[in-house]
Amino acid sequence: MTETRTVTVEREIPFPPEKIWRALTQPHLIQEWLMKNDFQPVVGHRFDFRADWGSVDCKVLEVEPHKSLAYSWDAMGLESTVTWTLTPTRTGTHLRMEQTGFRPDQQRAYRGAHYGWAQMFAALEQLLARTD
Amino acid sequence: MPDAPDLLFRTLADPTRRAIFERLCRDGEQTVGALTAGAGISQPAVSKHLGILKQAGLVHDRPAGRQTHYSARADALVPLTDWASQMTGFWESRFDALEDLLRRMDQ
Repeated sequence: MTETRTVTVEREIPFPPEKIWRALTQPHLIQEWLMKNDFQPVVGHRFDFRADWGSVDCKVLEVEPHKSLAYSWDAMGLESTVTWTLTPTRTGTHLRMEQTGFRPDQQRAYRGAHYGWAQMFAALEQLLARTD
Repeated sequence: MPDAPDLLFRTLADPTRRAIFERLCRDGEQTVGALTAGAGISQPAVSKHLGILKQAGLVHDRPAGRQTHYSARADALVPLTDWASQMTGFWESRFDALEDLLRRMDQ
């Protein structure tokens, strides 16, 4: 049994797909908006994203220049896949990011054990939102 | 970072420590002295708790003269929040950064 979660973020971007593709696939550019990395646009290439809070283990799954890009995204006990889709529009590009995660049973058990904590953190989050 | 939630749980399991953290969340940046006044424990004890909170990334310290000011770091709780809202917020902010980069990039 696994539990699937999907997050989708979409935006109209006033730049052509070719330019966005560069920002999605060139390590020094990726670093500027996402994280430090050793990405290569080659299917099967293993790489990681590194931040001061930790790292994300990845593997390139799909590369279709200027159209779509997918890599696995494993971090904090969660295995997921990030897929980028670029669709040209009259004014630029419709950029879509979909992240689908699979939470292993183990993780659910862990969360169950910490149910009380989860409630406490929900309260804390509300507190933080108010103090922002 | 598989043990990050464990560290946060352990750090906030202590009620005194949690109270200090919640107070920083609620009232904003404060000195050790100000925190001690409301904590009902000694200043060295408050400092020790702040050190542990800092190790877990839950507080930030800002030295100013002889005083050190402490503040809560909301982003430290990210590993514990709901995955979907956590990742949506993460990617929304990354999209902002990407657009910003695209505006700066040469054609």
